[in-house]
Amino acid sequence: MPFSIAVQTNDFNVGDEYAQLVENDKDAGAVVFFVGRVREMNQSRLVSGLSLEYYPGMTERVLDQILDVARQRWDLISVRIVHRVGQLYLSDQIVFVGVTSQHREHAFQAAEFLMDFLKTQAPFWKKEITAQGEMWVDENQKDKDARERW
Amino acid sequence: MIQVVFLAQLREQLGSNGIQVDSNSAKSIGELKQYLISHHPEWAEFLENKKLLIALNHEYARGDLPLKSGDEVAFFPPVTGG
Repeated sequence: MPFSIAVQTNDFNVGDEYAQLVENDKDAGAVVFFVGRVREMNQSRLVSGLSLEYYPGMTERVLDQILDVARQRWDLISVRIVHRVGQLYLSDQIVFVGVTSQHREHAFQAAEFLMDFLKTQAPFWKKEITAQGEMWVDENQKDKDARERW
Repeated sequence: MIQVVFLAQLREQLGSNGIQVDSNSAKSIGELKQYLISHHPEWAEFLENKKLLIALNHEYARGDLPLKSGDEVAFFPPVTGG
């Protein structure tokens, strides 16, 4: 599966994802991957967990579309995107984006592009669990600015 | 029928996962919105939120697209994944 996406409740194993990205490949001189995790402080709120919702059907479609755009813009050998949904707790892994290419510029840039577009286009919504109760996360201007540079 | 879906915070604000609307009552996304608000005036403040995103059959809908029976229209807040 050189290009694949997954939306799942289960955790992912970075080592396994890496092994699959480079399996049977002798050209990928560069591998870049990003892992997003549940962090304790968000916009000065103390977070103990997240509930992640998505829109089955559309979320996978948007991820596939973002992946296609990245393949058109950069020379990529393999890409893997995994995004978890459901109930997550502090330090849990949320998202994995892994990219391989012959050269590092392509791998670095494509990985950043994929994350910037995933954050601003893919239908996922986070609800934080805090001591003050549960609250939906607001969209972030920094994420929108990050997307605009592409 | 048109399947209307509400997601995330909007679903909680409206107290509804979604509803079905007769395709004769809404020939476009704009008409659908007006139909929803006329039948549920308490939804107006949420459905008129300018930040709300709309998808038609799992694709982002930009502009007032025409609707037909069998379509699925989703309304949802800005996305916050990753």
